[in-house]
Amino acid sequence: MTQLASDDVSERISADVVAKVSRLARLDLTPEEIEITTTQLSDVLEHFADVDALDLSDVSPMTQPYPLVNVMRDDVEAPVLDRDAVLAAAPQAEDGRFRVPPIVGLEG
Amino acid sequence: MGIIPTTAAGIADAVRDGSVTASDVVERHLAAIEAREHEIHAFNLVGADAARTAAAAIDAAVAAGDDPGPLAGVPVALKDNMCTRGVETTCSSKILAGWRPPYDATVVERLTAAGAVVIGKTNLDEFAMGSSTENSAFGPTRNPHDISRVPGGSSGGSAAAVAAGFAPLGFGSDTGGSIRQPAALCGVVGVKTTYGAVSRYGLVAFASSLDQIGPFSTTVDDAALALEVIAGHDPMDSTSIPEPFPRLREVLDRGVEGLRVGRITDLPTGADPDVIERLEAAFDALGAAGAKIVDVEVPAFTYGLTAYYLIAPAEASSNLARYDGVRYGLRVDAPDTNAMYMATRHEGFGAEVKRRIMLGTYALSAGYYDAYYGKALRVRRLISDDFARAYEHADVLLTPTSPTVAFPIGAKTDNPLAMYLCDTYTIPSNLSGHPGMSVPFGTGADDLPVGVQVLASTCGEATMFQVAAELERAMESATP
Repeated sequence: MTQLASDDVSERISADVVAKVSRLARLDLTPEEIEITTTQLSDVLEHFADVDALDLSDVSPMTQPYPLVNVMRDDVEAPVLDRDAVLAAAPQAEDGRFRVPPIVGLEG
Repeated sequence: MGIIPTTAAGIADAVRDGSVTASDVVERHLAAIEAREHEIHAFNLVGADAARTAAAAIDAAVAAGDDPGPLAGVPVALKDNMCTRGVETTCSSKILAGWRPPYDATVVERLTAAGAVVIGKTNLDEFAMGSSTENSAFGPTRNPHDISRVPGGSSGGSAAAVAAGFAPLGFGSDTGGSIRQPAALCGVVGVKTTYGAVSRYGLVAFASSLDQIGPFSTTVDDAALALEVIAGHDPMDSTSIPEPFPRLREVLDRGVEGLRVGRITDLPTGADPDVIERLEAAFDALGAAGAKIVDVEVPAFTYGLTAYYLIAPAEASSNLARYDGVRYGLRVDAPDTNAMYMATRHEGFGAEVKRRIMLGTYALSAGYYDAYYGKALRVRRLISDDFARAYEHADVLLTPTSPTVAFPIGAKTDNPLAMYLCDTYTIPSNLSGHPGMSVPFGTGADDLPVGVQVLASTCGEATMFQVAAELERAMESATP
């Protein structure tokens, strides 16, 4: 079990962190949006102090409400989505595939 | 020509016995939409032609002696985050505008198989993130009781559609209260079932461990009827409950004699006095009908909001990663793929969606994961355990649905935290996975509707509906 660093949450989130997170989230925020987001995220996270004060060391995390079991099904052929119908919804498609701009080599 | 009933159950009976045609039912509802939709804006899309075609098919089936099903000819309004094959499904977001799904959600399939007629797709807060239906790329929905006010959200379009008489049944999704809160603010019934009772297949995901589809209706019986059609196991949803869904309509007349109705003594404060007054009246009504009112504690209830605003955004940031301009929806052209992702998401998402993606990405990022997301999941367990203990002493719990009546449009748009507080009383049961429903119970300030929330334990829908039906009877006998 990782040690919970309780001092982490008392720090106010900085604009630098917000800028980094926006890149991770592939959101191209403007400097004004970064500034507003920094303030708003700080306000939301400030409420976390209540929770941070709780002793939760004996409590197990709950990821979802229903006890999940692996679901196995018979390996039988069944209709699937029509490829052309799926590709028709794509912004660009070619030769039965999704078409995207170059993945590497054109930075900036 | 028979008189067209106002309830879904009444319409279905009349269409099945031939006293009313599905075509006349659809025309009457299209006329209601024509008369008021311009000021309400409940719909992103009204499918008049498709509805007329579907109604004609129902009428042909009745004429041929076939039974079109338990929702024969009943117009239904679907929140625009449920996939409808070949029909635009936008989530009220620019990033999905124009997208026509290649398949139907399971709920949509079951509704149409039961004879329901889809009359339109309703407005929502973008990707179901909000409590007022103001965060829509296509403009706000207005409350039919007072068009200067919000209908609640995020399923505000479906709630408003039912309240305005555009359709006897609406369907929404509830992640933190998005069915129950707008139901309360619009004066209609709204139900969130036990997590896993209704299939999520074809519901555009917001927070997958919290999302549930459910009905809006004008009567408790109609909500029961709708759930009996849409609920039940679906192999296409791996979190679908395998056990059969309870029969609800047959319990509505049983009364509440001997049932234990819990009052949460440590419920978070903040509800307006007019709302509390209606809650007390609900306790009185149930007590008078023979229920036993018991005090219970749910200490972790108060931490629900905080845990939710880490868990839901965390799941959303992951679910919404799929909107990248590759497979569907908007693409903003750029010289390379990464720049295309950034430009597409910048242009396609609104402010609240970006805010939640940011919050979720932060909560899940290296160095913060345990401190935020990990702790929130532990609080979720506390809440669930506290509810389980309370349900040892009470069959249902009663709370306000919303802390206030419908508020003016624009009142909370600049203050995300104030908006989040709208869901104080609804969020904890999403975290625990328990069912909850809002029942209209009179009016509060400015003669606006107030809803009372009935909560029950896992798969306790039958008891929940028994109590809801008693509250409905109490209101009917109180109204001259």
